[in-house]
Amino acid sequence: MRRYLPFIIVGVVALLTVGSGVLLYRAHPPTVLKGGNSANISKADADKLHVRGDRDAQVTLEEFGDFQCPPCGTISSHLDDLVRDYSPRVRLIFRNFPLPVHAHAAQAAYAAEAAGLQGRFWEMHDLLYREQLAWTKAPDVLGLFNAYAGVLGLNLDRFKADMQSPQVKEAVEHEHEQGAKRGVISTPTIFVNDVGVSPQSLNEAGLHAAIDAALKGSASSSPKSK
Amino acid sequence: MTASRSRTIIFTIAAVLSLVGLAESTYLTVQFLSGETVVCAGSTGCFEVLGSKYARIGSFPVAGFGALAYFCVFTFAIFTAFGYRRARTFFSLTVCAMFVSTVWLLYVQAFLLHAFCRYCLFSAAIIFFLTGIVVASRPND
Repeated sequence: MRRYLPFIIVGVVALLTVGSGVLLYRAHPPTVLKGGNSANISKADADKLHVRGDRDAQVTLEEFGDFQCPPCGTISSHLDDLVRDYSPRVRLIFRNFPLPVHAHAAQAAYAAEAAGLQGRFWEMHDLLYREQLAWTKAPDVLGLFNAYAGVLGLNLDRFKADMQSPQVKEAVEHEHEQGAKRGVISTPTIFVNDVGVSPQSLNEAGLHAAIDAALKGSASSSPKSK
Repeated sequence: MTASRSRTIIFTIAAVLSLVGLAESTYLTVQFLSGETVVCAGSTGCFEVLGSKYARIGSFPVAGFGALAYFCVFTFAIFTAFGYRRARTFFSLTVCAMFVSTVWLLYVQAFLLHAFCRYCLFSAAIIFFLTGIVVASRPND
């Protein structure tokens, strides 16, 4: 028996390692909610939109956000919870609105857009909000964004080039202009089915109430709901 | 204490150390493959190191190679503890290779990236202990 014991020990450890690795991989919660594009927005615009949640959702939450704004970071997790809680009736659209007072907000928006060109917008979005305290104080913020891209498994050369590209900058500026046209002056600004949510209601209870009202409105106006 | 008994104790310690390293590097590999970023939460140094080009070979994380190496060290340590003499040579060779890799990775962190990753430092500490075992244990143990 002793002769076979080392083989047994090594075999058990190998099985435990592979088994726990597979379990850990499977247990990894989906950190990113994904979804399709808006049905009532043109195809060209829809392709550029960052949508989280169901494509046929009755209610659209539209956030104008700035990655360097602390309240945006706080409300971001609430918005994710709402999209989950109301799934599939609510979807979230994120639009960049970097404020000039925030030194790195525009670069953070470019980073998210550049990640989006490789299909990882929401991963970078979540990472930027979660690590907001760290990167806002970093001496080399661009270096840190590159590191984030590396951890997300992005093609780094492409990411660096995209961050500097006119395409990405124009996309951010376009969203900023759209926000300004709709009267956005601060972040976060949230619209629920095109109706602005007052700053006092930008909390979990206020957003719940706004969504419930929008759901009620869409149910009463939709013939399918009868 | 007999040579056989001291060998068993020394290589059991080595096996336990390599198990700790195996657990850590397996965790890092899985986090990398699943795209999870919480692993570095709050640590810019960790992001800078694990997000750098030095943290992967091709598209495979260096931590994955570490896990493989730790598993080999564990296997050779167990076989040496049970009296398989040839396993000791393989144990020493693997630990030496890991020591060289660790020195390189520490150099990269200190002089190329100017950032340190807590996981990498912990792994380096384990490998230094294992190297100490290789150096300190007598061949006839």
